[in-house]
Amino acid sequence: MIRFDSVSKRYPGGKEALSRVSFELKAGEMTFLTGHSGAGKSTLMKMIILMERPSQGQVFINGTNLNRVKPAQIPAIRRNVGVVFQNHQLLFDRTVFDNVALPLIIAGFKAREVGRRVRAALSKVGLSGTEKQYPITLSGGEQQRVGIARAVVNKPAVLLADEPTGNLDPELSREIMSLFLEFNQVGVTTMIATHDLALVEKMNKRELVLEHGSLKAAE
Amino acid sequence: MNRAKSSGATASVTGFSARTSSALSHHMVVARESLASLLATPGASVMTWLVIGIALALPAFLYLMLVNVGEVSQGWEGKPRISLYLREGTSVIEGNRLTLELQQKEDVMSAIFISPDQALVEFQRLSGFGDVLNTLDNNPLPGVIEIESANRDLVALRLQAKGLAERAEVDTVELDLEWLERLMAMLSFAQRLVAALGFVLALGVLLVIGNTTRLAIENRRSEIEIIKLVGGTDSFVRRPFLYLGLWYGLGGAIFSWVLVQASLIFLADPVEVLAQSYHNDFSLTGLGPVMSLQILGGGVTLGIVGALLAVGRHLKEIEPR
Repeated sequence: MIRFDSVSKRYPGGKEALSRVSFELKAGEMTFLTGHSGAGKSTLMKMIILMERPSQGQVFINGTNLNRVKPAQIPAIRRNVGVVFQNHQLLFDRTVFDNVALPLIIAGFKAREVGRRVRAALSKVGLSGTEKQYPITLSGGEQQRVGIARAVVNKPAVLLADEPTGNLDPELSREIMSLFLEFNQVGVTTMIATHDLALVEKMNKRELVLEHGSLKAAE
Repeated sequence: MNRAKSSGATASVTGFSARTSSALSHHMVVARESLASLLATPGASVMTWLVIGIALALPAFLYLMLVNVGEVSQGWEGKPRISLYLREGTSVIEGNRLTLELQQKEDVMSAIFISPDQALVEFQRLSGFGDVLNTLDNNPLPGVIEIESANRDLVALRLQAKGLAERAEVDTVELDLEWLERLMAMLSFAQRLVAALGFVLALGVLLVIGNTTRLAIENRRSEIEIIKLVGGTDSFVRRPFLYLGLWYGLGGAIFSWVLVQASLIFLADPVEVLAQSYHNDFSLTGLGPVMSLQILGGGVTLGIVGALLAVGRHLKEIEPR
């Protein structure tokens, strides 16, 4: 589903964020991406949704070589990848419903279908009844779950999460992780970047370790 | 809720007709939302509308004045007139005799004699200088014979006027066609001027709307980033700003229409009095349905184009980070 083929990224000024990273994620696989801050986790994830382009090497998603994707085709790729951010990236002047509905409205779903799917996604993350509230009235953990609902509402084939538990206490972190596990169990290819090594160990899933931009041989 | 998908590409595929109808309804939603956002800040919006309105009203009003002046001159076109001002001391009988004689001529369509007394009465009635005239001892106005010439050619007219000027009773001859020609030349010059002014002001409207749109884009930067992040196409991102431009343009056009109409109402009475003093039942031509539509259409077009320019320039710079 996701394949990195000797991918390097150099920023102007010579700093190398990734160097010759290669790996493959099969469809339906769940993996953790770990490493220190600045090890290149975010850069790697940004390449999957074309926020960054490799300086060298190739990234494939579902057989599509992202180097060959034209700007006009980027939206179609992104619609197929749900993304959860550490800082939520929610619209604070819109209700919870509108936030979660955004990917569906962009994809052109009818109002009835949008309502049905948004309520289903919110109930899945345990936020039923919050549709009319504004994100600011929710706790950090709840805001994160709104972000997750938005990431999965369009039923993407791939789910990426960049430090999704970064600001949460251990209890909430576990809840969020088990949520990702549930999505993975229904076939969503899932990749989670985190530095919460204790949690990763408990989950007992594949782990990719980045160190100064390189993938450590042992997985 | 999440059913496994064998291929992700099919995950968001919806029927074509469902998509078009929902795209249409999204247009309606965006149109309504962008109008609501304008009305949420009425002060700022009205200011922008007024600026656009004034910029559109000025050329529209000037153009309308040109149309009116053109219409006034139209009444005389093709009917060249020659006015014979008779010498002081020419009696009414002599004047009438000359008029009758001229009426027999082939190159005269009609000739009307206006005696000094008639002229005085008319002048008092229409000019508003009646009181001044009352203080004079004797009537300063000469007798006039108004001739409508059968000649259409300027050279022939000049010859005819010259011939008439040689008559003993005639003091001066005035050929109306000359000032008409000058008026036409001035009109075409004024038309160019109005067109140039209209162009410059339209450019101004474009800049106003472009700049306002740029600010709106800047205000919604984070929203644009998020929309792009979850797969919003450029046209989806662009849509609310184009509607914003449309509403700015339409609102400005409505303001300008009101401004022009108000000016016309303000001018109507004095113009009527003026026209009457020229024996003319002329009244100002207003904004007809065609010109009204032109103003509205022009405003909307400028609005959308201005927004397009701003969006094209600034939306590319905003990419999710």
